[in-house]
Amino acid sequence: MIEIHNLVKDYGTLRAVDHINFEINEGEILGFLGPNGAGKSTTLKMLTCYLSPTAGNISVENFNVLENSREIRKLIGYLPEHNPLYLDLTVYDYLKFVAEVRELKDFKTSLKNVVEKCGLHGVVSQPINTLSKGYKQRVGIAQAIIHDPKILILDEPTTGLDPNQITEIRELIKELGKEKTLIISSHILQEVQAVCDRIIIINNGKIVANGTTDELKSSFQNKTKLHIEVIANEDEIPKMLEHINNIDILGITPKEDNIIQVGIEYSSENDKRIEIYEFIKSQKWILLEMHREHISLEAVFRNLTIEDGGSE
Amino acid sequence: MNYTKLIANKELKSYFSSPTAYIVLVFFLLISGWFFTSPLFINNIAELASFFNIVPIIFIFFIPAITMSLISKEKNAGTLEILTTFPIKDSEIVIGKFWASLSLIGIGLIFTVVHLLTIVILGTNVDFGAIFCGYLGIIVLGAAYSAIGIFASSITDNQIVAFIISFFIIFFLYIINFSLIFIPDAIVGIFQYLSISYHLSNFFRGVIDTRNVIYFLSITILFLRLATITLESRKWK
Repeated sequence: MIEIHNLVKDYGTLRAVDHINFEINEGEILGFLGPNGAGKSTTLKMLTCYLSPTAGNISVENFNVLENSREIRKLIGYLPEHNPLYLDLTVYDYLKFVAEVRELKDFKTSLKNVVEKCGLHGVVSQPINTLSKGYKQRVGIAQAIIHDPKILILDEPTTGLDPNQITEIRELIKELGKEKTLIISSHILQEVQAVCDRIIIINNGKIVANGTTDELKSSFQNKTKLHIEVIANEDEIPKMLEHINNIDILGITPKEDNIIQVGIEYSSENDKRIEIYEFIKSQKWILLEMHREHISLEAVFRNLTIEDGGSE
Repeated sequence: MNYTKLIANKELKSYFSSPTAYIVLVFFLLISGWFFTSPLFINNIAELASFFNIVPIIFIFFIPAITMSLISKEKNAGTLEILTTFPIKDSEIVIGKFWASLSLIGIGLIFTVVHLLTIVILGTNVDFGAIFCGYLGIIVLGAAYSAIGIFASSITDNQIVAFIISFFIIFFLYIINFSLIFIPDAIVGIFQYLSISYHLSNFFRGVIDTRNVIYFLSITILFLRLATITLESRKWK
């Protein structure tokens, strides 16, 4: 649906976006993740035809951003960064203006729909500058979805909101993702993790990772950490190393009632859980708990963006 | 769908939803009314000449004031990004805003019909041809000033800066006709041709000369085009 080839954007001598390539399929929810200043917004601005690429190409449903920008703009609903709004208009007047620009025939039905979806009941006749930040954000989203666009692009939709508002907006985004191709940019990992099918991590204008959350995690997780709790004699624990190859014991922590916590690490390629279980059984220890520690996407993100940033 | 008209309507709505339009209109009518009435009975001539002569000077302040925010405010608030990612062309945005400004000027001029009625009631043979020419001159003048104001508004995100820039461009074009003695003979012609007041004087004398009309239309189109280019410059690679 959206194809981006070798996209480059220079601001003077600063290269904001550096040869990035990716595709977005219909119905996908894509998270665009990166630290501030990584080139996320710039990419989205080129996709929405606000800026033109220095080099490279973007096509949306076989329309080219340079040649058919009007057609592309008709397909897209866009909430820019910082959610700019006409503060002196009322919510009604603003949405009416947007509906007219979007050439909607039945404004009343569309208005009813977005008011319903975005929870704007009771504020429709208020001037936008009297609304709270959360409501302003809903107005911004309402503006982006009023014409029921195929593609919805939200640039940092939850920045600056309080935790309750963030949860509400995320729920709304999830709901919208069911019916649209959705691109969300964010520098907050949990947000993207909570909503998106696929994540693209971008740093210094380059894509450093592209995949589902699980793929990203597994590609950066070459060691598995295993936590077990057994009832056993503390001194006997190191025997494990003799009987099972290629494992390391990270720590042995005795607790009350002979319960011992053991941390084990092994290479992710060979799962050692069966061998470990068999060994515990053979020793007649009592196994209370065994679980793998999941590497967080947070750690992946930090690795990718800090390593790259540090090398410059 | 006429996007230009949509933009114009939106701008007119925001003029009248803030004090701008009211303040500007009241001051325009107060000042022009004063300059119209005070010499009327002294000269004892049923004509609008004194009104027509003051309007270009009032417009030097009045039009930068109504055009200064048209684009700069959108740049500052970031709403320009919303507007330009709607399926609207940059030129339609600029022209829409131009019509809004010209409409507000038109509304101001409608109120001055009071002056016209006054002289129709008081005077005997009123020269309607001259009055028509005068109004036409003021309208093309308003169009040219508005285009300059919109251009100034497009090159900055600060309303005050926009006001000052458009004020100076307009003031310069207005004043050159009075400063010709300082200019070498060889190029006086060029400067005179650039001058707003030179081209306006024919209208006020009751003459419609195509050269004068073309002058004002060229200024209008030139500056609207420059404003569009300025907006489009964000897309330069």
